[in-house]
Amino acid sequence: MDSLLHGSRPPAFCPGCSYDRIVHALDRTLGRMGLRDDQVALVTDIGCSGLLDVFFTTHAFHGLHGRALTYATGLKMARPDLQVIVIMGDGGMGIGGAHFQSACRRNLDLTLLVLNNFNYGMTGGQCSITSPNAAVTASGFLNRLDQPLDVCRLADAAGAPFVARSSALAADLPELIERAIRFPGFAVLDLPAICTGRYTRKNKLTPAGIDKEIARMPAYNGLIAHNQRREYGEFYRELAAEQRLVQTPLKIHSVQSPPAREKVEVIILGGAGQRIGTAGELLALAGIAGGFLVTQKNSNDINVLRGASVSEVILWPDRIGFTGIERPGVILALGQEGVNRKKDLFARLAPGALVIGAQGVDIPDCNVERRVVDFRQQSIREQDWALAALALLAGWNTVINPAMLKSALEHRFQGAVLSSVMSLIESVIKKQSIVVG
Amino acid sequence: MALSFLGGNEAIAWGAIAAGCRFFAGYPITPATSILTKMLELLPPRGGICMQGEDEIASIGYCLGAAMAGLKVMTATSGPGVSLCSEQISFAIGSEIPIVIVDVQRLGPSTGSPTLGADGDINFLRWGNSGGLPVIVLAPTDVADCYLLTVIAFNLAEIYRCPVFLASSKEIGQTRESFNLDGVRLPEMVGRQYCTGEGSFLPFAVPPDRQVPDFLPIGGRTPVRQTSSTHGPDGYITTDTSTIGSIRRRLTEKLTKQISDFSFHQSFILPGASTLIITYGVSARAARDAQLILQDDGHPVSLLILKTLWPVPEVLIRETAGNYQRVVVVEMNMGQYVFEIERVLAGKKVDWYGRMDGSLLTPAQIIEVIHG
Repeated sequence: MDSLLHGSRPPAFCPGCSYDRIVHALDRTLGRMGLRDDQVALVTDIGCSGLLDVFFTTHAFHGLHGRALTYATGLKMARPDLQVIVIMGDGGMGIGGAHFQSACRRNLDLTLLVLNNFNYGMTGGQCSITSPNAAVTASGFLNRLDQPLDVCRLADAAGAPFVARSSALAADLPELIERAIRFPGFAVLDLPAICTGRYTRKNKLTPAGIDKEIARMPAYNGLIAHNQRREYGEFYRELAAEQRLVQTPLKIHSVQSPPAREKVEVIILGGAGQRIGTAGELLALAGIAGGFLVTQKNSNDINVLRGASVSEVILWPDRIGFTGIERPGVILALGQEGVNRKKDLFARLAPGALVIGAQGVDIPDCNVERRVVDFRQQSIREQDWALAALALLAGWNTVINPAMLKSALEHRFQGAVLSSVMSLIESVIKKQSIVVG
Repeated sequence: MALSFLGGNEAIAWGAIAAGCRFFAGYPITPATSILTKMLELLPPRGGICMQGEDEIASIGYCLGAAMAGLKVMTATSGPGVSLCSEQISFAIGSEIPIVIVDVQRLGPSTGSPTLGADGDINFLRWGNSGGLPVIVLAPTDVADCYLLTVIAFNLAEIYRCPVFLASSKEIGQTRESFNLDGVRLPEMVGRQYCTGEGSFLPFAVPPDRQVPDFLPIGGRTPVRQTSSTHGPDGYITTDTSTIGSIRRRLTEKLTKQISDFSFHQSFILPGASTLIITYGVSARAARDAQLILQDDGHPVSLLILKTLWPVPEVLIRETAGNYQRVVVVEMNMGQYVFEIERVLAGKKVDWYGRMDGSLLTPAQIIEVIHG
């Protein structure tokens, strides 16, 4: 098989740089495997290791420092048949740590070569995440402070199923690279290397020294038994094929006539867990069923299970421009936190507005009709108060009617849930005694 | 007529499907998360791919990889996520990678207020890249716009091979609205221009009379080079200043010279008006209400709603502003796009009204400003 090295772009590393050996080892590997240039993509990032793609005639994707694994992930997901080989340095390992960790966890069929020369060669020999504490680097004393990282142990802990460490100068490197490429999953090779341009000018590191250091470190020779599992891409495609297809968004026909065709702003005030947002959505769907145009906005605190919950709904037969609530026509005051959050609204209610308050909720002074409802007395659970309040509105033919509300429920729920909400609203519509003040 | 009831975020997801999006990756962030969840529901059963990245940098990185493999791609985030994506955005600009990026803006600066809206990223989207070359930014005003402009954004990304932003906001993305989905007239779907020529492929060579290079995918039969480094037509690093200069000019002019082809807007021009309101985003809705109220009161003002913000549609703005004595720029931030309007309409009286406190600009406030 021919070489995939570029005829007119020979490797141009510093004399004695191990990366030159890696280029040729990789080329020999691709040749041994009989791969054509269009079957391979080399994905690189910044630094001396990022030069590698230039010397090959394969597909190449050269991007930002530490981000090579991100591009490779998108490429491989889009083109599962492509051999995607990622080349990073110890610098890219540091700045792209989150991507490395995720790639190990994910187990997409990528091959990662970490060209590990213990420093940032291109920027002047600063320390990297693999620099030994004793090394002299361009980062002064800083290098003595941080613990150097063992790429293999990290890969193992993060879930990589194939991890190996080998000197970049090892004679059998092509065989190892081939095993990594042939492995059907994420394969990591940590390749300690010599940087003559920077590192070995101030530090003694020989090929024998690299071998000695590798022998001292935990041995990694390929398969990690406890990390074996399915390859991500294949597994993804299998699960994706099982997902239910949603053809189009829900469409609601206007089939009912509303009690009145006029603009009304409704605000539902409660607390987390009271299904305030769902009630707002149901009111909006009921409005659409009644021929209104509607908008709905929910606001909640960031803590999902605590704090105020507010839903604002505007129903208007005509276009809705501004989506804020200016003069509410109906307020459903079902929880103190929501009421406290929107106190100012009670001072600017629309003429003829209606406030429905749950028994026990303090309602600010306001000059409109107020009805107090004792949901507890009717054994209605707090999470159903908002729906029950909508049923009251429907029963009074205020804003919506029972047919509109039922239509909304039918759009939103199915099966047992639908029967249960239907029976709840029917019982509320019948029992007007629920209103106690 | 049947109406759908969707938030802006969901409408963007449906728009992406309508546009032929095949790959989405995102990272959860309020108020953009529901785009990720919707795409996860819509894409995989259609044979597409939706991934949750380990962060926003990864998410857009996956997208750039998939885009170079030939897929139509989108990511969605909010201001803090756009900050993280910045370096990748610069890459997509300089290396001509088509991508749609949704910014569901939230109140900043920084982590700010996840659940409050603002149009605070408008200049950031344009200028938040290294090198300062142009991007396209489209700004929806409502849910129907989210659907339509997403399809347009994909088309523009393919045609011009560049990042196209949708500058939505919490107030659009998370406001649900009834609208007639089937009533939105979508443009014809545009694909990437593939190289069909014989011989060696130069990934950044531009055919005569065109400004955008032909595409071939990484992973196809012809090896393709992509690089974030300063490159010549062959995709290899170059230090030749005339090559570099001509590519920078082309990257600029491929957008700025074609802006009249995609100056999306709505104008409501009233006879007898001496004032023109220029606005964008959710504030356009309040401005339209204000215009209608003022008209009823016998005080006509005209209104220009910009839906393409970048490159600045200078000709449109100049021609619309024509003979108006006064222009009022209304925007939900502390003053950003007004500087473009002042630049384009140099010499004209340009007033500004804006606020950034988590509440919407109201029609009443806009009317007050108009009355001065």
